[in-house]
Amino acid sequence: MRNAFIRSLEEIARYDKRIFLLTGDLGFSVFEKFRDEFPDRFINMGVAEANMTGVAAGLALSGKIVFIYSIVPFATMRCFEQIRNDLCMQNLDVKIIGVGSGLSYGSLGPTHQSIEDIAIMRALPNMVVVCPGDPVEAGLVVRESMHYKGPVYIRLGRGGEPVIHKTRPDFEIGKAITLVDGSDVTLIATGNMLENAVLAAGLLAEKISVRVISMHTVKPIDKESVLKSADETKVIFTIEEHSLIGGLGSAVSEILAEHNKEIIFKRIALPDSFIKIAGSQKYLRSINSLSSEYVAERILKETKK
Amino acid sequence: MVYKEYEKTASEIRRKIIGMAYNSKGSHIGSALSIVDILAVLYFKILKINPEKPDWDERDRFILSKGHSASALYATLAQKGFFSEDVLDEYCVDGSRLEGHTNLNCVPGVEATTGSLGHGLPIGAGIALVGKCDKKDYRVYVLMGDGECDEGSVWEAAMFASQHKLDNLVVIIDYNKLQAFGNTKDVINLEPFSERWKSFGWRAVEINGHDFLDIIKALENVPFEKGKPSVVIAHTIKGKGISFMENMLEWHYKSLNEELYKKAIGELKNEA
Repeated sequence: MRNAFIRSLEEIARYDKRIFLLTGDLGFSVFEKFRDEFPDRFINMGVAEANMTGVAAGLALSGKIVFIYSIVPFATMRCFEQIRNDLCMQNLDVKIIGVGSGLSYGSLGPTHQSIEDIAIMRALPNMVVVCPGDPVEAGLVVRESMHYKGPVYIRLGRGGEPVIHKTRPDFEIGKAITLVDGSDVTLIATGNMLENAVLAAGLLAEKISVRVISMHTVKPIDKESVLKSADETKVIFTIEEHSLIGGLGSAVSEILAEHNKEIIFKRIALPDSFIKIAGSQKYLRSINSLSSEYVAERILKETKK
Repeated sequence: MVYKEYEKTASEIRRKIIGMAYNSKGSHIGSALSIVDILAVLYFKILKINPEKPDWDERDRFILSKGHSASALYATLAQKGFFSEDVLDEYCVDGSRLEGHTNLNCVPGVEATTGSLGHGLPIGAGIALVGKCDKKDYRVYVLMGDGECDEGSVWEAAMFASQHKLDNLVVIIDYNKLQAFGNTKDVINLEPFSERWKSFGWRAVEINGHDFLDIIKALENVPFEKGKPSVVIAHTIKGKGISFMENMLEWHYKSLNEELYKKAIGELKNEA
């Protein structure tokens, strides 16, 4: 997703001179091309995220469109109050790129993992939260965020995520994309869990008809899409590489509860705990109930009459 | 303007601040009075601004990073003609625009949302950077408190500004030596203050923040060195101008009753 993001940004930066890219000393082997092509609009801010966010606000107050980049916890939590006051209160055109969503940096440990960021960013007035599901969505959200006036948090994986969209989808912030249609169960995924959602639907294909939705925008969430699926399939599962608290599952449950939808609804997400066991993203997913096999089993179990 | 006129302007701003504080039963009066003489010089001598065109692209930018002194900024902007003086009656009144800390564009002339300390300098550095990139002539002035310099983000921005040679950036520090719950030297000692800024790549000048000639002399000479950001460390008195508030920590918090209000206004009348 990192590469899709930067290629997309390079393309836009060629014709839109307002674009600046600020990084908190990260982007080795990713940003060199951007840096060399736009040396005046690329700044390595050093390991100082509070200042990076404040400087971005100053640039945006002066008419620039600014992308700031770091690993999720440093891009969102270290400088949270700068995001709140400088970006959200002033409603500025700064796009926060958080890399390494969820367990992407699995083996680096919990300091580098991100299981709370969607909840935290979602609580901020004016903030839009987008978690692209694959490199195609990652490239498209960069373009879309340009047209959105105000702060946007874009939660990326790292490198090497598979392409899920075989053709270019219609991508609009706040509009869910239906990847696979189905009539028995709806599986709503956000971010890098889109892959396992599609795989799980495949595993279940002969038993259950599963609709897979990419809810790339968690805020503002596509309420109509959720309600439509609730009415049509009567069963909704959400899946995210994020804590059970405050993320996609919470956002969907709020809609269902307030619309009195009496359906089967379950959240598939990480438990409310830090992971202190070393392991790759794949391994950590498997021991935290996020593998496609587990997801398929869970859906079968919960929907068994 | 001659010395006497700055004195008169400052005194009028102080009267407005006292009026606003009394009407609203607001606090942070001492912090506001501390910066009035600096604001009088900035707005009536130094800043390249036009109250008729608050969004003028080439204007100098002033950021009140110690946003709790909002009443001083509102009073100064009104004095300068950015908006009618009646607007000051709204200060901290239910349903009004003027909150106790400044919000971006709440009234013309307010350049940033501040209130949480340590935010103004990074924002100012960003605006100064655009000035350099886009080859604009404007300067960015950021007024900070002394206690504010405890914040790490101040020093992150200080390093950034010298790295990028932002000599269009000017910091003024209201060094009244009293922070929210003690003397700066007892809480987090800032000394050697000038040396610290210098070691971060800035040029520093120390002045008496209530001596108009001193303030003018310093601010007319920025940048103190080409290629370096400038910091003016202004030695000030918290509560300056009202005898019973001067150097009193409690006037960070207290509000005025009728008796004290009359006393304060009386002192300012005598002064003018």
